[in-house]
Amino acid sequence: MSPTPITRRDFLKLAGAATALATGACTAPPDEIVPYVRPRAIADGIAQFYATAMTMQGRALGVLVQSDMGRPTKVEGNPAHPSSLGATDVFAQASILELWDPARSRTLRHRGTPATREALVAEWRSALAGLEARGGEGLRILTGYVGSATLRAQLDGLARTYPAMQRHEWEPLHRDNSLEGARLAFGRRVDCAYRFDAADVVVAVDADPLGEGPGWVRHARDFASRRAPQSMSRLYAVESFPSITGDMADHRVALAPAALERWLAALDAALRGEASTPLPLVEAAAHDLLAHRGRSLVVAGEGLPPAAHALVHRINARLGAPGATVSYLPAVSDVACAESVAALSRDMRAGRVQALLILGGNPAYDAPADVEFGAALARVPLSVHVSLYEDETSAACAWHVPRAHYLEEWSDATAHEGTVSIVQPLVAPLHGGVSIHEAVAMLGDDAASPRDGVMRALHLEGAAWHTALRDGVVASTAPAPLALTVRDVAFDPADVADGWTVVFRPDAAVHGGEFAPNAWLQELPRPESKLVWDNAAYVSATSAARLGAKSGDLVEVARGARRVVAPLWILPGHADDAVSLPLGYGRERAGPVGSHIGFDAYPLRDGGFAWSAPCSVRKAGGAHALVTTQLHTRMEGREPAKHMTLAEALSAHSAAHAERPVESLYPDWPYDSYRWAMAIDLNACIGCNACTIACQSENNIPTVGKEEAGRGRSMHWIRVDRYDDGPTPLHQPVPCMQCEDAPCEAVCPVGATVHDSEGINVQIYNRCVGTRFCSNNCPYKVRRFNFFHYSAGLGERPVEGSNPQVTTRMRGVMEKCNYCLQRITRARLQADKEGRRIAEGEVVTACQAACPTRAISFGDLSDPASAVAQVKRSPRGYTLLEELNTRPRTTYLARVSNPNPQAANE
Amino acid sequence: MNSQVLRGRWGYASVTDKISDLVLRRPTHWLWALGFGIAGTLTLVLLGGMVWLFAVGVGIWGVNIPVAWGFAIVNFVWWIGIGHAGTFISAFLLLLRQKWRNSINRFAEAMTLFAAGIAGLWPVLHLGRPWFFYWLVPYPDVMDVWPQWRSPLVWDFFAISTYLTVSLLFWYVGLIPDLATLRDRAHGAWRRMVYGFFALGWRGEARHWARFESAYLLLAGLAAPLVISVHSIVSLDFAIGNTPGYHSTIFPPYFVAGALFCGFAMVLVIAIPMRRFLGLEDFITIRHLDNAAKILLATGLLVAYGYAMEVFTAFYSGDKYEIAIALDRMKGFYAPVYWTLLFLNVVVPQVLWWRRARRSVATLFVIGILVNIGMWLERFMIVESSLAHDFLPSAWRPFIPTGWDWAMLAGSVGLFALLFLAFVRVLPALSIFEMRELVEEEKEEAR
Amino acid sequence: MSALYGVMAELADEKALLAAAHEARDAGWAGVEAYSPFPVAGLAEELEGKPLGVSVFVLLGGILGGAGGYFLQWYSAVISYPINVGGRPLNSWPEFIPVAFEMTVLFAALAAVFAMIVGNGLPRLRHPLFDAPHFDLATRNRFFLCLRGNVEDFDEARAHAFLESLEPLRVIEVAS
Repeated sequence: MSPTPITRRDFLKLAGAATALATGACTAPPDEIVPYVRPRAIADGIAQFYATAMTMQGRALGVLVQSDMGRPTKVEGNPAHPSSLGATDVFAQASILELWDPARSRTLRHRGTPATREALVAEWRSALAGLEARGGEGLRILTGYVGSATLRAQLDGLARTYPAMQRHEWEPLHRDNSLEGARLAFGRRVDCAYRFDAADVVVAVDADPLGEGPGWVRHARDFASRRAPQSMSRLYAVESFPSITGDMADHRVALAPAALERWLAALDAALRGEASTPLPLVEAAAHDLLAHRGRSLVVAGEGLPPAAHALVHRINARLGAPGATVSYLPAVSDVACAESVAALSRDMRAGRVQALLILGGNPAYDAPADVEFGAALARVPLSVHVSLYEDETSAACAWHVPRAHYLEEWSDATAHEGTVSIVQPLVAPLHGGVSIHEAVAMLGDDAASPRDGVMRALHLEGAAWHTALRDGVVASTAPAPLALTVRDVAFDPADVADGWTVVFRPDAAVHGGEFAPNAWLQELPRPESKLVWDNAAYVSATSAARLGAKSGDLVEVARGARRVVAPLWILPGHADDAVSLPLGYGRERAGPVGSHIGFDAYPLRDGGFAWSAPCSVRKAGGAHALVTTQLHTRMEGREPAKHMTLAEALSAHSAAHAERPVESLYPDWPYDSYRWAMAIDLNACIGCNACTIACQSENNIPTVGKEEAGRGRSMHWIRVDRYDDGPTPLHQPVPCMQCEDAPCEAVCPVGATVHDSEGINVQIYNRCVGTRFCSNNCPYKVRRFNFFHYSAGLGERPVEGSNPQVTTRMRGVMEKCNYCLQRITRARLQADKEGRRIAEGEVVTACQAACPTRAISFGDLSDPASAVAQVKRSPRGYTLLEELNTRPRTTYLARVSNPNPQAANE
Repeated sequence: MNSQVLRGRWGYASVTDKISDLVLRRPTHWLWALGFGIAGTLTLVLLGGMVWLFAVGVGIWGVNIPVAWGFAIVNFVWWIGIGHAGTFISAFLLLLRQKWRNSINRFAEAMTLFAAGIAGLWPVLHLGRPWFFYWLVPYPDVMDVWPQWRSPLVWDFFAISTYLTVSLLFWYVGLIPDLATLRDRAHGAWRRMVYGFFALGWRGEARHWARFESAYLLLAGLAAPLVISVHSIVSLDFAIGNTPGYHSTIFPPYFVAGALFCGFAMVLVIAIPMRRFLGLEDFITIRHLDNAAKILLATGLLVAYGYAMEVFTAFYSGDKYEIAIALDRMKGFYAPVYWTLLFLNVVVPQVLWWRRARRSVATLFVIGILVNIGMWLERFMIVESSLAHDFLPSAWRPFIPTGWDWAMLAGSVGLFALLFLAFVRVLPALSIFEMRELVEEEKEEAR
Repeated sequence: MSALYGVMAELADEKALLAAAHEARDAGWAGVEAYSPFPVAGLAEELEGKPLGVSVFVLLGGILGGAGGYFLQWYSAVISYPINVGGRPLNSWPEFIPVAFEMTVLFAALAAVFAMIVGNGLPRLRHPLFDAPHFDLATRNRFFLCLRGNVEDFDEARAHAFLESLEPLRVIEVAS
């Protein structure tokens, strides 16, 4: 296993380096950029916000980026962007750390030696000159999915110059199966845009639309909008790995991949009224889907084969879903990734590639194992890799060019439903990186400025350009939904064979591996297991017992001669006979943070078996210390996270809504101005962690490293607890409860934690001496202590990238959530200037802003009309550990399940 | 008959010479030198730990969230408990006119001072920013801030500093006549000057003695409630908290009994080798050991009652959190600690019902050590297991000590031994004037 | 005035000292001092001058400490820096008791020691008696009765005679 885990001492040692490497100079980008004009309600006076977009797998999430005196410090969602609606995901939040990461590449290199841009251009042009005679044969360009019209235009331009040039695409988390399935069903490759807000009944088959992939933030928002008891939808999930979607389902069945296909076939049969093999949930789900024609939806996951996707398209067509709960738009790519990268590798090996330009990506690490991309790369005389980090592919290429971060570049991007956004730079490249467009332009002798290229590609100028730049979306660019006719495609589910199946999954934090250098993401507890700084081979308890292994034991997962040794982790809710391996770990060149941790599952992954494959598993002997931030995931009858059925929720006197014990020995403390309060709706929370990392970014919360996290010293101010022993898995975000009768305050000997006049339990860092009594006396254990000087550790943002309104904490002091006091202060200053009270909705906490499902309400309790006051009056409302009478300002709303009565009888 | 508190024929002169010669002549036993060397080495380990601690932070220990209090607090409670027997012997037994106290009070008080001093060190080391410990002191601050008086840690600060001050005064006042003896018997000007300085010019005038006795008795009267209050307040560090396993009204008497239990065990552990190596068997007789053993047995039973009541009230209260922590101690991660401490603190002392055991020096020494270990484990169990298993299951996490935790605990034992070994060489280990009184009383009785 | 500090009899045990003090009192001697290596019960009562008790100082110290301790807490928490701590009342009197108690004990103890030391005229590192022969045994096994020379009508010869009548081990003249 990881031979050199990051020790605390390394942390401290590299602390100096992190600071030293950070560049202090922040230069405004050369071209004019236009700030986002925030509505008055969320104006804050000091910081500027700029709209831009972050692209992953060709699809973009629109964001607003906070710029403090020219320094990008915080990412928020863009309310105007259809994929965001104001919310963000963990990757967008963590991208601010990526921008400032001192480990990012800053040097153009030729075979490892620093070189000049001129030398690269000279060599490239001379090579192209040699190829020109044959129309550019031998010239290849490898990209990921191209969501940028600008890049498409540039590449098309190159293709005109070099007609024999070939383009290749590779995304490790590609959508080959679904796009091919669409081709089978409709005769063309299309992407699906789901409308969960219009769906009364949803069946997700091995799919995680609420937790992963393009548009998931929007999906989660739409889904949550239909989970209020008054108009509640019903979700069925059938899957092998307990995904966020499965956690949120009203009914869930765990099946190994082959059994999933049979289940889908059975569902199809039941929908057609044919007899089918009796599998759990099939009858109930089919019945429900049919009963809600036009308001129901089946979603297929990428792991299913193309024919299964085609079948799902047919089912949806029969249910009247197209146009109602699903719409189709032109595919992000017309290229089958696995074939494309295999063809490139074949040609490289055969010496048919003279010059290769790799724009982003890391194929030497993540290409299918059978194409042996890295080895083939060595046969290419001139290879150029443009990337953020000097990674495995950079090392295998002749040239490495530092790439500009998306917050440093001009570009454009496409939302999951097709809307176009402009990507504008917040800052001139910190490390002299070039954008992909500049790289193509540089090598292709295109002198236009990057901004002009974007304007030209989008056909925008003048006021329209300004408006689009300001808003973050180009108005009316969402394509009209495609009207498609579905064809009948035969679907033969795979035989359920004996033995193990390996399932490959994107990691919830490092994704396909591109975020491995990001300490925030490394330390983000995975929603399903709360593991940090590692990946693990996930199996069910039954399967683990069959192996005779327990969590942490090393197992060997083998496909023929290729084998991977991984630590086992028992995951409640995982399908039997399957082992899930998260991708993205075991990297060799991911900077000081991300290298040599976890195991690399890519060597088991073929082009033909991208998501699951038969395998053998055996105990390998030995163990690996996995670190989880939550050791105990059972509630032990204490019900900190409450759950109720829809019937209970609809009845006026619900179990969760116990009367507050108003008796207290203490007289009520008068709060005569604002009374800040928060409510967290467990029925909306999907456990995605966006709040945790948004809080980390907003409040300059340090990471602590694996060793320290293993000692229980994580610093997250809002953690997401997971409980597996309820009727359904429950996610519970736990920030400071802001108790009115706070137990922490009474025991602090120096008054370092006290109440302010608005009822916030504030922490005064410079008064804290670090007795830690407050943490002991906190029944919610939300206080975090700087056991070492974490804020100077490895993987932290340099001070320039930190939120200037939040002080960093030194060692020896306690810290915790304070309802984003700095945001309240900002709003108060503005309100005072204007001689008014702070308006409802004017203060939005970082966690609240990031939350895709709007699970978090925040506001002034003294205003009975405020959203938070209204939410708290819900019959589902309850107080965590109410019997302690700490009178928290943060309260919860119970989770509700909407089970199908028919399924309950099955 | 060997139930005397003073054995053999001793007069005023001989008893004075015997005890003062221990200081003035300083017979060096090779075991003393060895012990001093080991103790000194361990003290250096403690100092090294402190340097590293101040350099990088309390993270070198195993403390975490939820178990934010680790060995430092365990050691603090343990040492302060040990530091209870001395004052108890001096104050309570003086008030109760127990004459067997005269031959053991001095070294027991020294033990108290050293133990309480070491105990007072831990809460400071424990701080995240130890250099700001003085913020617990009320003083007019430019920021207008004061200590937060509702915190038991502030009470602790006052209790410990008062206890240390009063114990020191009590010990010093008792030492004044003996320092005068040493002044008058020492050869060499330097020693006479040092002892004379601290003797303050004591001459033994009758009216001085009257005031002395009055002050000494009043100090005893003040120290008696103080000694009860100190460990009660220490127990409030826990009992005021809402943590299940902490939040219990039985804690003050339970802690005081535990302190005396552990303190008397330490008295035995010290007295037994000391009487042997310093030849004090005539002064610290089997009668003394027997009496200490009886107190050990009695306080042990009180402690056992405390354990029983802790479990009983957990279940009687019906509080699910209290029940869970009670069961967790028996069956959970720390169950070995729990059962070991029950064996050491409850089962082992029952041996003392037998007169033969109470009069066997070796048995008492072993029991003393076992009880000290048992009481350390008890404090560990209270401090750590409660925090590791409180309200929200998601926050449960055990405390696992690091090498530094163990090293600094060992270092504190070394420092204690070092101080004590130095003490017996520079100050009379037994109270000389009170031994003279004892000679007089024995004479009266014999008459 | 005499150049003598006094005349002193060295006695063998506490009984002799007690008897000597009694006789000196009966004989009407003023300025009698008795020295013993340990407190002798009833000896001080035989000598003139009732010393002011230590106990009254202890009482005053205790009252000062307790009241001052509570006042300090009340003043700082209610007047000087009132702030909402966990919703508790500003004057959380039950939680102010422990510190007030400790301050009571501390000040009472300091008063006891202070009263004893000052009342005894200590520290006094130089004293004529320390130069007297054999007086070093006053802290070992000898008992002394001293008739001070600085009292009115002091007659050195009469003092010698009186002390000799006690059949002491010896009579010592103490120079001042």
